[in-house]
Amino acid sequence: MTDLEKAADPSKLRRIAIEPVSRVEGHGKVTILLDDQNRVHQVRLHIVEFRGFERFIQGRPYWEVPVMVQRLCGICPVSHHLAASKALDRVVGARRVTRTAELVRRLMHYGQILQSHALHFYHLSSPDLLLGFESEPERRNVVGVLAAYPDIARQGVMLRKFGQEAIRITAGKRVHGTGSIPGGVNKSVSASERDELARALPQVLEWARLGVRMVAELHAKNRDTYERFGTVRSSLLSLVGRDGKLDLYDGVLRARDADGAIIFDGVEPDDYHAQLRENVRSWSYMKFPFIRSRGAETGWYKVGPLARIQNCDAIGTPLAETARQELMATSPGALIHAPLLFHWARMIELLHAAEVIGGLLDDPDLQGHDLTTSGPRATSGVGIIEAPRGTLIHHYEVDSQDLVTMCNLIVSTTHNNQAMNEAIRQVAREYLDGHEPTEGLLNHIEVAIRAFDPCLSCATHALGKMPLWVEIVDARGDVLQRLTRDGERSPG
Amino acid sequence: MNDDRPRFTLDDQEVAFTPGQTILEAALAAGTYVPTLCHHPEFAPHGSCKVCTVRVNGRTQSSCTTPAHPGDVVELHSEELDDLRKSLVQLLFTEGNHFCPSCEQSGNCQLQAVGYELGVVSGHFNPLFPTRPVDASHPDVLLDLNRCILCELCVRASAQVDRKSVFALSGRGITKHLVVNAESGRLGDTDLAVEDKAMSVCPVGVILRKRRGFRVPIGERKYDRRPISEVALDEAEGERR
Repeated sequence: MTDLEKAADPSKLRRIAIEPVSRVEGHGKVTILLDDQNRVHQVRLHIVEFRGFERFIQGRPYWEVPVMVQRLCGICPVSHHLAASKALDRVVGARRVTRTAELVRRLMHYGQILQSHALHFYHLSSPDLLLGFESEPERRNVVGVLAAYPDIARQGVMLRKFGQEAIRITAGKRVHGTGSIPGGVNKSVSASERDELARALPQVLEWARLGVRMVAELHAKNRDTYERFGTVRSSLLSLVGRDGKLDLYDGVLRARDADGAIIFDGVEPDDYHAQLRENVRSWSYMKFPFIRSRGAETGWYKVGPLARIQNCDAIGTPLAETARQELMATSPGALIHAPLLFHWARMIELLHAAEVIGGLLDDPDLQGHDLTTSGPRATSGVGIIEAPRGTLIHHYEVDSQDLVTMCNLIVSTTHNNQAMNEAIRQVAREYLDGHEPTEGLLNHIEVAIRAFDPCLSCATHALGKMPLWVEIVDARGDVLQRLTRDGERSPG
Repeated sequence: MNDDRPRFTLDDQEVAFTPGQTILEAALAAGTYVPTLCHHPEFAPHGSCKVCTVRVNGRTQSSCTTPAHPGDVVELHSEELDDLRKSLVQLLFTEGNHFCPSCEQSGNCQLQAVGYELGVVSGHFNPLFPTRPVDASHPDVLLDLNRCILCELCVRASAQVDRKSVFALSGRGITKHLVVNAESGRLGDTDLAVEDKAMSVCPVGVILRKRRGFRVPIGERKYDRRPISEVALDEAEGERR
């Protein structure tokens, strides 16, 4: 239990709810408990959605899984589609998919990274960053950005469109396609499809460079706020390529502590459970993962763009690596923990995605015909991918009749659960504590949440594991009966 | 061309037919699509789904089982009949568990295609969400009863073509369901083989080759490029050749 997670005596405090948290994917709320002097006693990010994918995937045929689980999300379905496919590659004995299949999947994935990052920055977060945290709420949205900065808003729309087209070409649809199957893909990319993307790429690269420059300039103009706002030190987790470079599609797990020292490295996806555990709290549908060796209280960590670009040794594409060096130079010799710098890291990854797509389009094997492979069957498989929001883990067990018997999903937003809660508590301490809450001040809380780009729909997929707390109260508010299923003590 | 065959009227148009043809067969041959789910040209008319319902001289009939007669006045499309057909399809969707977004037959499914053709955009009725376990006991075939619409095409194919009688319907009314001919009730204990005719006639996604799902990309599935009203007419023409 951390400071501001639980007030000593909630009954005497005033409750403010930010509900729903806006400009994020999914439905969540923040509750803040204040005393008469507006001192903050408790701040919590609650995810109020309820899904249940881990349960209802059980008993279904394994080949249905990559298509079914992607319905967890409308923004990053490709990540679930591919993580499930990678896990089930193991089940069908495809230790390594064909080169064409890997290239097609990478094109789909980097298209997804590009469109999701563009959506998040330009549509969801740029209103705060360009117009101001406390600007008029009626204008603090993408329409307001379109009015004040039409070129920037248009670039965001067009960047996203390009990423969506890469997904359509590889998956058959812009949202919820079927391109990736256990053991490979169901189509490659034709010459005309490749040319369609290649024609648009130079402009996309230019817009991506402008995006990185814009975020760097925003940081330079308001450096103190950017580096202090909601900053909480924590460990970092991500996949890195087997060569240590940034790889968002495949690799091994690496974790660093808050000072940058390696906690573990080279962890194969199959061994994730030896390093990571999940905890459950009584007040949230979202689980709280932690690094096993550090324990539940202190083992929490951040994932996502800021974790990834600091966890890797380098980025393998020149423009993005130069941009990464520029970001790292703002904090020489120390890791960056400021949530607002997620935006800078996100735009660097957007640029990286555009560069990677350029390389993929130049590869003739993208048009190959060797689409699937298989080998000796296995009864379980783990697939890990770096989704736009961070590390995404899919784990399945499949019986001899081809039906799924176990599904465990640890999604990006869940990894960031504690970090988001700590960030909003930090913001509450600095901006809200002792002040009469205003819409603008409360938006500061949302700004901190948005920096992590949470996908609250993805994050609430568990069924049967959530804590339950029912209170029956009389008209005066006195509790007559309390029924609990104590999630605090339930293992994740 | 001089066509002296007998004729009937179908929605104000004259349709020539060959004696012995049903109204549905004659309509298809004349280039008019009639929605149906239980009809298959290789099997005798069944008349169970009622989606092909027409009004013949004012009487409601299944067009797949009603022989064409000279001078008949047949109503295929009217607001009432179109609504009736739509409701029948909506009832089929809500009686079973039809989750098109994750169904491997999506794009190849006749129920889905007919739904699109009739403008079904929701189930309309409260879904029953029946509990129907998947039978995966066969090494090569998955039986997903969630999607069964009781058309009996598999029953007919297995009995009449395969001579195995692997499938049958059991129960009455809303409890009617597909069963397999094995003491255990499990598909794996039958002699169904992937080459059987019963494997290829299911209009929905009940009888499936295992480990093949989603291998056909979006854009190349049966109803991706053209609606069932066009595909069905082409198929009918192919049958006549």
